[in-house]
Amino acid sequence: MNINTKTLLKFFEKIGRSFSSRALRLGSATRLFFLILIYSADSFKRIHLTIREIYFTGVMSLVIIIVSAFFVGMVLGLQGYYTLQKYGSSEAIGVLVALSLVRELGPVVTALLFAGRAGTAITAEIGLMKATEQLSAMEMMAVSPIARIIAPRFWAGVITMPILASIFSMVGVLGGYVVAVPIIGVDEGAFWSQMQANVDFRFDVINGLIKSVVFGIACTIIALFEGFDAPPTAEGVSRATTRTVVTSSLAILALDFVLTSFMISG
Amino acid sequence: MDKIKLDAWVGIFVAIGVISLLGLAMKVGNLTSNDIRETYTVTANFENIGGLKPRAPVKGAGVVVGRVNSIVFDTEAYHAVVSIDIDKRYVFPKDTFANIYTAGLLGEQYIGLEAGGEEKNLEQGDRITQTQDAVVLEKLISQFLYSKASEEE
Repeated sequence: MNINTKTLLKFFEKIGRSFSSRALRLGSATRLFFLILIYSADSFKRIHLTIREIYFTGVMSLVIIIVSAFFVGMVLGLQGYYTLQKYGSSEAIGVLVALSLVRELGPVVTALLFAGRAGTAITAEIGLMKATEQLSAMEMMAVSPIARIIAPRFWAGVITMPILASIFSMVGVLGGYVVAVPIIGVDEGAFWSQMQANVDFRFDVINGLIKSVVFGIACTIIALFEGFDAPPTAEGVSRATTRTVVTSSLAILALDFVLTSFMISG
Repeated sequence: MDKIKLDAWVGIFVAIGVISLLGLAMKVGNLTSNDIRETYTVTANFENIGGLKPRAPVKGAGVVVGRVNSIVFDTEAYHAVVSIDIDKRYVFPKDTFANIYTAGLLGEQYIGLEAGGEEKNLEQGDRITQTQDAVVLEKLISQFLYSKASEEE
């Protein structure tokens, strides 16, 4: 009986410990978020720091975004044509490509690529800065690391994501056009006019942008927090980088479902 | 990397983003072709609206002239009250006919307006009195079966 109660107790202790450590991490991430908001004014005084980060997260991600958007659009065009021509409505291919890109694929795939391309870089950079005690050195010089390092990266991510998502959607539509009109031979007029008749600027394009802003906030906060929270060892930084990708991807997909259900019911 | 080059790259990046957004708005979306700003609202009562939805198109002779604004159920008369926003550029006589049609065999439903012959035009807040309900497939089939059965007797 004694042994049984002991193992039972240990079992519950394990659940309790993992729960409380997760709650603690969530709490510290939220605290970091509010600290960033508080120190934002300080970091906006040195706007060139944010612009530098936009260069590193945004401009450097352009190539991967444009190339993958073009291929995604082309694949959508091919697959859509294959299914639609069975129902004799291959002209609707423009609508299919545009709506799936603007509503879902644009924001989501951009955010997933962003988490892999820029999020990991942020985590590794900050984790290493912490491991080599650069952050503590800054504090010693009375420079807030949050205002100087963290907040510019946060705002750069939030500004970059909707821009990347709109580029993704537009390039994807062009990719779909390249496959549908010159290669397959769908009528060009029908392609664009059906698209314009069915894509609503406010309901589709703006909602896609709202999604990408939310993903931008989530991705950068996760990347920053993982870097900030990483144990100051090589192994700790590598684990934090992995966690950034896993957590951001899950967060993006879960948030996408929540946002879509709100937007469609509303 | 020096600061000016960095600024230039970020500028190019933002410009590409703005161009893409404009492209999405103009070329992909309906911001130019379909923006109806000045409208007047009229209502129409239907016994059955079928699958009509808010924001469904309102067409006159096949041209989109407005959109369905809202659909509510009137608990006193037990019918549906559909309010329609029509573009100010288009005027319709007071005895205009409002029908619910289906685009294609299984397509979305829309309201088709057929102009009558009266001199006065519809104005803000008017009610279209002559309406025709949506065709409900089940009703049609049961009528057909009923008439078939009575023929055979």
